[in-house]
Amino acid sequence: MFSFILKRLATLIPTLIGITLVAFGLIRLIPGDPIEVMMGERRLDPEVHAAMVKSMGLDQPLATQYFRYLGNLLHGDLGQSLVSREPVAKEFAALFPATVELALTALLLAVALGLLLGMLAGLKRGSLFDQGVMGMATVGYSMPVFWWGLILIMFFSVNLGWTPVSGRISIEYDVARVSGFLLLDSWLSGEEGAFSSALAHLLLPAVVLGTSSLAVVARMTRSSMLEVLREDYVRTARAKGLSPVRVVVVHALRNALIPVLTVVGMQTGSLLAGAVLTETIFSWPGIGKWLIDSIARRDYPVVQAGILISALTFIAVNLCVDILYGVVNPRIRAQ
Amino acid sequence: MALLKIKNLRVEFGSFPAVDGIDLTLEAGELLGIVGESGSGKSVAMLAVMGLIEAPGKVSADLLEFQGMDLLRLTPKQRRQLVGRDIAMVFQDAQTSLNPSYTVGYQIEESLRAHLGLRGAAARQRMLELLDLVEIPDAASRASAYPHQLSGGMNQRVMIAMAIACSPKLLIADEPTTALDVTIQAQIMDLLLRLQREQGMGLVMITHDLAVVAEMAQRVAVMYAGQVVETGAVPGLFDAPRHPYTEALLAAIPEHSRGARRLRALPGIVPGAQDRPSGCLLAPRCAYAQAQCLSSRPAVSDGVRCFFPLAPGSAHD
Amino acid sequence: MSTATEAMPDYPRPFKAFWQGFAANRGALAALLLFALIATAALLAPWLSPYDPIEQFRDHMLTAPAWAAGGSRQFLLGTDELGRDMLSRLLHGGRVSLGIGLASVLLSLLPGVMLGLLAAFHQQWLSPAIMRVMDILLALPGLLLAICVITILGPGLVNTVIAIAIGALPGYTRLTRAAALAEIGKDYVTASRIAGAGSLRLMFITVLPNCMAPLIVNASLSFSTAILETAGLGFLGLGVQAPLPEWGTMLSAARDYIERAPWVITLPGLTILASVLAINLMGDGLRDALDPKLKKIS
Repeated sequence: MFSFILKRLATLIPTLIGITLVAFGLIRLIPGDPIEVMMGERRLDPEVHAAMVKSMGLDQPLATQYFRYLGNLLHGDLGQSLVSREPVAKEFAALFPATVELALTALLLAVALGLLLGMLAGLKRGSLFDQGVMGMATVGYSMPVFWWGLILIMFFSVNLGWTPVSGRISIEYDVARVSGFLLLDSWLSGEEGAFSSALAHLLLPAVVLGTSSLAVVARMTRSSMLEVLREDYVRTARAKGLSPVRVVVVHALRNALIPVLTVVGMQTGSLLAGAVLTETIFSWPGIGKWLIDSIARRDYPVVQAGILISALTFIAVNLCVDILYGVVNPRIRAQ
Repeated sequence: MALLKIKNLRVEFGSFPAVDGIDLTLEAGELLGIVGESGSGKSVAMLAVMGLIEAPGKVSADLLEFQGMDLLRLTPKQRRQLVGRDIAMVFQDAQTSLNPSYTVGYQIEESLRAHLGLRGAAARQRMLELLDLVEIPDAASRASAYPHQLSGGMNQRVMIAMAIACSPKLLIADEPTTALDVTIQAQIMDLLLRLQREQGMGLVMITHDLAVVAEMAQRVAVMYAGQVVETGAVPGLFDAPRHPYTEALLAAIPEHSRGARRLRALPGIVPGAQDRPSGCLLAPRCAYAQAQCLSSRPAVSDGVRCFFPLAPGSAHD
Repeated sequence: MSTATEAMPDYPRPFKAFWQGFAANRGALAALLLFALIATAALLAPWLSPYDPIEQFRDHMLTAPAWAAGGSRQFLLGTDELGRDMLSRLLHGGRVSLGIGLASVLLSLLPGVMLGLLAAFHQQWLSPAIMRVMDILLALPGLLLAICVITILGPGLVNTVIAIAIGALPGYTRLTRAAALAEIGKDYVTASRIAGAGSLRLMFITVLPNCMAPLIVNASLSFSTAILETAGLGFLGLGVQAPLPEWGTMLSAARDYIERAPWVITLPGLTILASVLAINLMGDGLRDALDPKLKKIS
């Protein structure tokens, strides 16, 4: 098992290096002089230009620049925002938990509901329930997530007034930051109504973000379930006179969930991408919104860092999924 | 009282009769062989006995009794108590018939737990005994192995152990050795035979291997295209087959063609869903077919389903 | 002695067999019809649109659709915040979205298949190199990769096509490589090789046709993904730029008009949904019809 993990890590190294190269090259790939690109101005005063070149080390050979960049990375230095002059890492640390909270909630929703609905649909194949669930699922992943958000806002926030329109918590609450996860922090703060406000604010964005993944997980679970139910070992379980619940839960589900795991891993990717759009709609203060704003403001160090971190997160999640898959799939685990 | 009594069993998938009205009986402790080609309905018939035929298959029979119990009228719960306990089945491909995600020991203990209420140490003890019984060496360590870690022959032994775990009165073996190497085949067959004698079980052996049946069975039923065409005691049936199909099966054994230039095969193929004859099902391929055979279906008389059963000694060579 | 003579079963030709399988799925058939409708409308947009999509009617800003209160026959689907006719914009937007979708699929499918075949046939050194590059591309999920490319190249129609194509490329490469490797192991390829077939022939004539099924299904999936990504980029202001009408960009300003003019939000979104849904359902139908495991043996 341990060697399995090591092997996985080994194959990741070229990819990791490649990502850093892409992030490093981002600014330099943009047509034009890097300094001008970053400053957003043309024809800088030549002295200022030269000073900047020197301070940013742009006169050095590329390889040196890259290693300097790598070195900075390993020290946690992601550069400095051109707009705020603050270290990128610091701003990022402040905003990342918000995105994680949103994405995690959406993922939980998608997996829990998706598995349940998919399993039931598979068991009741061809029934009205099955067709209904699958029909909704197909619509669910065919929708543009930002439109879905707007529609739900229109319906639940504006027309019904049930949920707030934007932000993470009502402005009247000032919750001390402990973990960065507002649900946890608001609960810890003990302030009246803070927790429910945080929950109310989290609900709609999480639903919007999670819808597409919910649909995919449900479909995948159903088809996996159908395949597994056809297998010989399910017939054997029935031939042993086991109760139908046991046949489904112990024998079928256990094997049906294995391919679903891989799908869940891939869904975290689309959740990251979807978070960008969702945060924009709901003015959710996470890194997605920050990234988009930075692109508009030409704040390239931020964009660079954002791309890098997204990629690293995705790779990390996929690694965990791979390991989990190895644990869960007995053919690999028992090696 | 016969252990298993089947009268006019039919299993239909839509309009296609996979099993087209068969009669069989099995006494306690008896070994019955069912032979036939692929598509003869032999497996489907036994799956119907076990209650493992699902929609869109439809099972019907004039009589389907096990130890006097009407199998068609059982509630699902009653059936679950019967199946896996008093009637058990061993399937053809042990590798795919065992759940890859659980150890073999666990899967055997499952039966013990479900039917005999054994738990913990008692279950484990009995499970190891069963593994010994099926001649699996080093049972203790094998018990925690997964099916993909064991060979085909080992897995088949595990399946057998699982099936006899609750000392069934009737064991159905559906081509238990077809997927195995020749050397292992003999071992598994010997094992089944020995277990049958020791446990006093009725054994139904489904196979397409005539040699196996000739050696092991007391009675044999020959099936073709969903019907039983001949039943009889073992030495007699092979010495003097009465149905043309049985004769053709025997003639097709390579040893019977020693010295000849070609193997003797029956021309044509088994009827499928589209081209089922309205007369005798074998008539299009039968060397002895006459006008009556093509127009009407023979019923079973004296163990043979033929208008013109072969007289002993009249077999064409 | 009667010899059994049977009529040779009438096996349908491959396309007919495929069509029978596909048409049996009513959802897929309906989707095909819907898609044909949308595609035709988009293609004929210049002739079907009542107005120029970028023309602003200052006197008729935010008019409701014809069936709603305050609507008029003049603008069947109403107008947006700048007084532009919704129907015309939706029709022309369809051209943009479907055009980008088609272009990006072609731009990613052809190189992707090439690279996949190359990787499958040159296992030693080319394959790992190609697959590592694909891994890097895959490290950034869909929209983020497109955003990354747009950041480098700048926004616009052509760059949107390129960005989406780059995102879809690894999928085709991996798929082709996996399918080709599976085929290469089979006897018919070995037979061709022994018969003297060269690399090129092996790749394109022997192996590739047998890998088409998953590729076709993936193509439909990436087509619908492309439409969604185009809309997403447009919504963020990073894709197709004004004044070109695009369904996503139409939605980006719409947020302010949730209460006053809901049709500005619902209509473009519905067209995106309808197009993507139609393509996805067709893709499902394609997969069911092409998957040999599911083929019923009658």
